[in-house]
Amino acid sequence: MFDIDSYHKADTVDEAIALLSQNPDAVPIAGGTDVLVRLHGHNPDYRHLVDIHDIAELKNINMEPDGTIVIGSGITFTELAQSPLVSINIPVLAEGGSSIGGPQVRNVATIGGNISNGAPSADAAPPLLVLNAEVELKGPEGVRLLPLHDFYQGPGQVDRKSGEIMTCLRIGSADYKGWSGHYYKYAMRGAMDIATIGCAAACKIDGDRVTGIRLAFGVAGPTPLRCWRTEEKAQGHVVDQTLLDLVSGSVLGDLRPRDSWRASKDFREQIITTLSERVLKEALNRNGVSIP
Amino acid sequence: MNRNISCTVNSKSMTWQIDIRMSLADVLREHGYTSVKEGCGVGECGACAVLIDDVAVDSCLYLAVWADGRNIRTTEGESKEGKLSPIQQAYLDTGSVQCGFCTPGLIMASTSFVEQHKGQKVSREQIRKGHAGNLCRCTGYDGIVRAVEQCIDAEKQ
Ligand SMILES: Cc1cc2nc3c(=O)[nH]c(=O)nc-3n(C[C@H](O)[C@H](O)[C@H](O)COP(=O)(O)OP(=O)(O)OC[C@H]3O[C@@H](n4cnc5c(N)ncnc54)[C@H](O)[C@@H]3O)c2cc1C
Ligand code: FES
Ligand code: FES
Repeated sequence: MFDIDSYHKADTVDEAIALLSQNPDAVPIAGGTDVLVRLHGHNPDYRHLVDIHDIAELKNINMEPDGTIVIGSGITFTELAQSPLVSINIPVLAEGGSSIGGPQVRNVATIGGNISNGAPSADAAPPLLVLNAEVELKGPEGVRLLPLHDFYQGPGQVDRKSGEIMTCLRIGSADYKGWSGHYYKYAMRGAMDIATIGCAAACKIDGDRVTGIRLAFGVAGPTPLRCWRTEEKAQGHVVDQTLLDLVSGSVLGDLRPRDSWRASKDFREQIITTLSERVLKEALNRNGVSIP
Repeated sequence: MNRNISCTVNSKSMTWQIDIRMSLADVLREHGYTSVKEGCGVGECGACAVLIDDVAVDSCLYLAVWADGRNIRTTEGESKEGKLSPIQQAYLDTGSVQCGFCTPGLIMASTSFVEQHKGQKVSREQIRKGHAGNLCRCTGYDGIVRAVEQCIDAEKQ
């Protein structure tokens, strides 16, 4: 039996917000693949639950008239992979989501939970970062929208104020139209493993130059991180091997990998350097440019 | 912290009083569905896999209250009138059962995989990926992959 002290099921977002506001110790439970594992380990921080598992308004994927793609926080990774809207417009996110756990986990784990738990290894995070995704939160004070990279504050820490629920993730059309992307998860096992390093790249090309380039890594710092300085240096660069060399020579300056039982810092740095080149190369390839 | 839930298990309607702190695995086992095994209790091994509205989930990481109003399938319900399901028969034919602890969970994972890939051509790699959430410490998986292949081929005919 799980060590649950209080449990309330919400049928709507507003009800969840009210329940969370009434009890400052309460946390939302969506798919439960993190929360229930923590409760299995008798973690005292998850003993008061507001159940958002069955809230229908969190389970939509749609496109607004201006092309913005809106993904409800309660969408599971299986639903994400099956959505034509996602696979046609932002396949890099389906790629990230499909690398998570095994089928049974993906059938219940939600994208909102993956981001809200603040894990540096969240496989949805690097793809969402290169898509410039925004997080929408609703709380007692109303709705707010912030860039995903600002939502992440530290290891396991996100900018979720008390009483707030993540309602959806939003991706503007300018952030995916004309862009191509790729996500690669480097892990010790082929499946059911946490990333040693996760890497996402996205790019946009005009003629022989990159007009847009974005790189993001998981497990390469206290939170999933964008490589801002590298992106700035590479912007407008001619698409050839020197672009890849510039990127792979620069990314470590944007990141802070460390030692853990999974891998040493040195090994992580090696993987980061190699992946930055390989993943960007594949993203360029998907935009019709192949570098031999 | 008790609550009533109504669901169907292997086509039979049930109304159970459950404690909200229980996982679906706990509740199913308590009511005699002991094909549901608890190996790891944390979503790693798939021994507890059941189908909920035909979707495979690890019942150890699934609150029993979430089963309210849903249709649950466990391995107990897969054989009909003493006849094994095609997947069960294929596991037998390929020698895919050794100690048997992983088998009920794997049967449900395979059942869902075959139902989803009806009439499609699937690679061994897809079968392996589709069973990545189930651990078997005995068989080496080869027979299991062949069992699934055999079922999908039979479906096509
Ligand atoms: C066997 C196994 C394998 C796994 N493999 C991977 C993997 O390969 N890659 C990976 O990234 N993760 C993996 N995970 C971790 C986990 O499955 C994912 O992070 C998942 O997406 C979490 O979503 P959930 O809905 O289950 O979250 P929950 O457990 O319900 O919640 C997680 C956290 O987010 C909060 N939360 C959830 N929804 C909201 C919301 N809408 N608003 C505000 N806060 C919210 C909760 O309060 C909690 O703190 C694995 C887990 C297991 C058990
Ligand atoms: S017991 Fe549920 S996955 Fe291992
Ligand atoms: S048959 Fe023993 S674990 Fe699979």
